[in-house]
Amino acid sequence: MKERNLSLGGILLLLVVLIYAGVLLLAPVAALVSNTFKDGFEPFWKAITDPEALNTLWLSMRLAVLASIFNALLGVMVAWVLVRHNFFGKGLLNALVDLPLVISPVIVGYVMIVLFGRTGWLKDFPIKLAFSWEGMLVLTVFVSLPFVIREIQPVLAGMGKEQEEAAYTLGASPWGTFWRIVFPAIRHALTYGIVLTLARSLGEFGAVAVIGGGTQGSTESATIYIYRSLNDRNYAGAYSMALLLGVIAILILIIMNNLRVHKRGG
Amino acid sequence: MAQAVAHRDSVSQTNNPQMLFWGLRSSVIIYLSVMIIMPLFVIGVEGLREGIDAFWTSITRPVAWSAIWLSVWTAGVMAVINIIMGTTTAYVLVRYRFWGKNLLNSLIDLPFAIPTLVTGVMLTLLYGPQTSVGKFLNDEFGIKILYSNLGIILSLLFLGYPFVIRAVQPVMMKLDASQQEAAHTLGASQFTTFRRVILPALLPAMITGGLLSFARALGEFGSIVIVSGNIPMKTQTAAVYVYAQVEGDKMASASGVSLVILLIALITTLGVDFWYKRNKRVGKKL
Repeated sequence: MKERNLSLGGILLLLVVLIYAGVLLLAPVAALVSNTFKDGFEPFWKAITDPEALNTLWLSMRLAVLASIFNALLGVMVAWVLVRHNFFGKGLLNALVDLPLVISPVIVGYVMIVLFGRTGWLKDFPIKLAFSWEGMLVLTVFVSLPFVIREIQPVLAGMGKEQEEAAYTLGASPWGTFWRIVFPAIRHALTYGIVLTLARSLGEFGAVAVIGGGTQGSTESATIYIYRSLNDRNYAGAYSMALLLGVIAILILIIMNNLRVHKRGG
Repeated sequence: MAQAVAHRDSVSQTNNPQMLFWGLRSSVIIYLSVMIIMPLFVIGVEGLREGIDAFWTSITRPVAWSAIWLSVWTAGVMAVINIIMGTTTAYVLVRYRFWGKNLLNSLIDLPFAIPTLVTGVMLTLLYGPQTSVGKFLNDEFGIKILYSNLGIILSLLFLGYPFVIRAVQPVMMKLDASQQEAAHTLGASQFTTFRRVILPALLPAMITGGLLSFARALGEFGSIVIVSGNIPMKTQTAAVYVYAQVEGDKMASASGVSLVILLIALITTLGVDFWYKRNKRVGKKL
């Protein structure tokens, strides 16, 4: 479809879209910003530098970074195997990779408790996964699992396996082939996938709320902190943390946008 | 001689990555099975542990059933509005040149980046009964958005906005201009061209995006738990119902609803995947 200058009908359509996007996306953001800074900048600063709040933010960041590293490593492996190999059940497995995007986080949390809870199927599992941050990490990895895989797959499929095979024929090791042939090709897609993973992990609430139990000081993430603050009527705390997470999300959005330009160029 | 053969063997072994690939493939299959197949298995077994009758009883309890139904119909309403508005947005973004287009295009991804719980907080601050907008809508029109089904649909619309747009946009960009011009030359109006030429080409992508947003919305928790007020039988969705049961340590009553919601989401996504691939193949043949 060719790009055109606005016609009269085009202006009408554009207006409809701008109003819709404005009411749906921008108005809520504006409401959050104006409420947080209702009494100036100081209450916001006080609320987010509160040690308790900082603690929860620190936990969220730790979870997000660890989950991103893990999903980056495993995601490359999974994508490569799903593109280059053929095996029985591959189609189904490939389709199911999207499951974490549509399964309710609450239900995943519930599954973890069924497995590792006090009376769970695997209650004697050596690592304590229910009501612990390790359990929250596993769930964070789960909810953000598809992003890296789905970004890398099309790139690998597009480049074909000829270059890799040529490298082996010329005597390169698998490791060398990966670093010299595969990695440079998937670099931008991988970065993009990691950014998406970070965004998703930082904002996870349902799953970690179920499995972490939200014990203050140990398993309370930033999102759980917002939820508890709302219930405790600590509105300054809730809005400030929500705004902070929102700002981080917008920063991530800007990075995504720049990366997309790179991806298209590369 | 023997030494040379042995040497060649060791070289070919280090250069032959078959063993490594086999190990890699097995690890990936095991990893995906543990992370993805196992949860499905657990939900299936837990849901049907006491038999079909018990499963049926647990999901037909009025509170459970109304939660499932609420999730399904709100997600359905969202998907329909989303298909219409998403396609319109994609059309404007692809078709016209205007100032601020790149900004609008990046803004579309906001719901992907922003935590859903934060969405809930934002909607509360915009439409809550104490806020100026909320008060205005309530006094002038008697519309209550917060703690009502409208609030649920609104959160889902926020959440689902990018899905249809991002599915339709690439297809729209590739649309052949010559067909549209031909239709025009043959005397078709702009609207007829849209209805008879553009729309049929876009329909698969529109439905794919719509169904994906539907599946995603079915399990939504973070924003809804804040805006809906969670009144059982009225504004409690399936995901919130499951949460309430788990928190109350009533694991058995969570299992049935979990299984139903999971099945609907799974059938929708796998269906989309299958249907999309088939359509692509048909498209190639043409």
